[in-house]
Amino acid sequence: MSFLDLLYFIVPATIAYAAPLIFTAIGGVFSERSGVVNIGLEGLMVMGAFIGILFNLLYADTFGSWTPWIALLVAMAVSAVFSLLHAVASISFRADQVVSGVAINMLGIAIALFSVKMIFGKGQTDLIQKKIPRFDVPILQDIPFIGPMFFKSVYGSSILAIVVALFAWFVIYKTPFGLRLRSVGEHPMAADTMGINVTKTRYIAVVISGALAGIGGAVYAITTTNDFGHATINGQGFMALAALIFGKWHPIGAMGAALFFGFAQALAISASKIPYIQDVPTVYLHILPYVLTILALAGFIGRANAPKAIGQPYIKGQR
Amino acid sequence: MSNRVLKILVPIISIILGLFVGAIVMWMSGYDAINGYIALWHGIFGSSYSIGETIRQISPYILAGLAVAFAFRTGLFNIGVEGQLIVGWFAAAYVGMAFELPAFIHLPLALLAAAAAGALWGLIPGILKATLRVHEVIVTIMMNYIALHTVNALITTVSDGSYKIDRIQKTASLRSEFLSNLTDFSTLHYGILIALLMVVVMWFILEKTRTGYELKAVGFNDHASQYAGMNVNKNIVLSMVISGAFAGLGGAMEALGTFGNISKMGGFTGIGFDGIAVALLGANTPLGVIFGATLFGSLKYGANNMPNAAGVPVEIVSIVIALIIFFVASGYIIRVLLNRMNKKKEAK
Repeated sequence: MSFLDLLYFIVPATIAYAAPLIFTAIGGVFSERSGVVNIGLEGLMVMGAFIGILFNLLYADTFGSWTPWIALLVAMAVSAVFSLLHAVASISFRADQVVSGVAINMLGIAIALFSVKMIFGKGQTDLIQKKIPRFDVPILQDIPFIGPMFFKSVYGSSILAIVVALFAWFVIYKTPFGLRLRSVGEHPMAADTMGINVTKTRYIAVVISGALAGIGGAVYAITTTNDFGHATINGQGFMALAALIFGKWHPIGAMGAALFFGFAQALAISASKIPYIQDVPTVYLHILPYVLTILALAGFIGRANAPKAIGQPYIKGQR
Repeated sequence: MSNRVLKILVPIISIILGLFVGAIVMWMSGYDAINGYIALWHGIFGSSYSIGETIRQISPYILAGLAVAFAFRTGLFNIGVEGQLIVGWFAAAYVGMAFELPAFIHLPLALLAAAAAGALWGLIPGILKATLRVHEVIVTIMMNYIALHTVNALITTVSDGSYKIDRIQKTASLRSEFLSNLTDFSTLHYGILIALLMVVVMWFILEKTRTGYELKAVGFNDHASQYAGMNVNKNIVLSMVISGAFAGLGGAMEALGTFGNISKMGGFTGIGFDGIAVALLGANTPLGVIFGATLFGSLKYGANNMPNAAGVPVEIVSIVIALIIFFVASGYIIRVLLNRMNKKKEAK
């Protein structure tokens, strides 16, 4: 494989693997910026992946080629509702946010597998027929070098992921809602004094994280695995969590980190074909994102600044 | 209502609520909830065989619960029990397979290897927390995945490309003909004794030693402990190491007792994560962990009877466990409601 062939293969694969991580990590940015830790991203992704596949299987005949897109929307809605559990427990009931997130992860996979057994009578769903189509971007695909890398046979969902990341940056840094979101995560009491409804803001943030993680899970299932089973989402949620920390709780940073982790995944899968890389045991590529996250947290890659009030329930009147 | 009563009432109410919501889920999905729970009960206590298997299942849960609870007492949240358990499992299986020694050396050596591997996996987040103030939750989650992938790769290397390594030597086995015969040839092994011994060890460390006192003090208030002249950083590392050692021993239960080897894993075992629930239910006390582990071990093993006897998918029990965690974590609201009910009673 020549170097150029390699680039033409690895760049699109990177973007394809990164897209679900981008959606989910951006969701995590919203939740954590408001001060609510969301370890439950994995469970929310599982729910999204399950609903995405289920809807796709049930309604492929009704909606035809629109099916995968509507499936994304339905997965988004269901995961948003599912994330309410985390919101109620950790915001209103003052549960430990980490414990609540762990429960979300367990509950997500349990409900999904329970339903799969109930509906299909086995541990795994059938393969879906309607996948998210790949398409060539007109004109742009003819640009030499860049065209084949970025604009040939891309998933629409990948483009959407990048748009969402840019939009999230705009919302968080350029709108009044974003300002409120950040202030609630930094100093909820000060925000409360200024008349911002801390509870409401946090609820909205957690539900956004659920919605985006739902899309992320569904995108992963509908583009990569094409069915749902116990190992469909296997660490992608935690990788998204890693991406958001690695990206320093910033939407664009999270997107960059997600792209890098996507690259690591693409590399791990295609390693056997690439000179030099094929000599590296794949285990190093598999653990790379996690090791990097630990290094990032340890401050070897620039200090990461978490929102100040993260992890603490806000109790009115308590100093 | 006194705090002590609340401490016991909150977990009990959480269990009842969890089972109740589980029943609603079964009922809404068109299953017979009562039959489901009867099948569960029979799955746990139906025969001396199933009782033996249930007790076997409880052993790793006790150790996973101890691991989480011990870290909790020092104010640390060890989500890495899963990874520490996996490396412990591998270490025990490897030592059990690779060496030929008399049993009285081999078995302790394999157990020690598991504890050491788990301790090492806890050491890293411990040091990072103590020296660089890196939050242990994220680090331990990442360490879980590193453990999973690393152990899978090690299995391939050690077994020359196979998906599992050879069985352990008899000299390293926890298997017991006596316990097995006693329970109608179940796979019950001596692991339960080790688990119970570790419960005593944890109680002894926490209640009877100076180190234990310091560990608890750091958990209550690290600033005050620092001011009182305790070495907070040393205690953080020590706590994670001990916690990891408990988790590693949990892996040894699977390696030396239940399975006798280790195979490549497609995902996590879940025992480590359930350990969080066990510790929460047990209010992070050694004795409480026994109760928590008994509940979860029973539910997990008994659930296997549900598909055959009542047609209910096994996963219903995972749903119930997750719900119980939710309710225990939301203990605040249960306390509020209990207090309110109490006041009404007093007013009457």
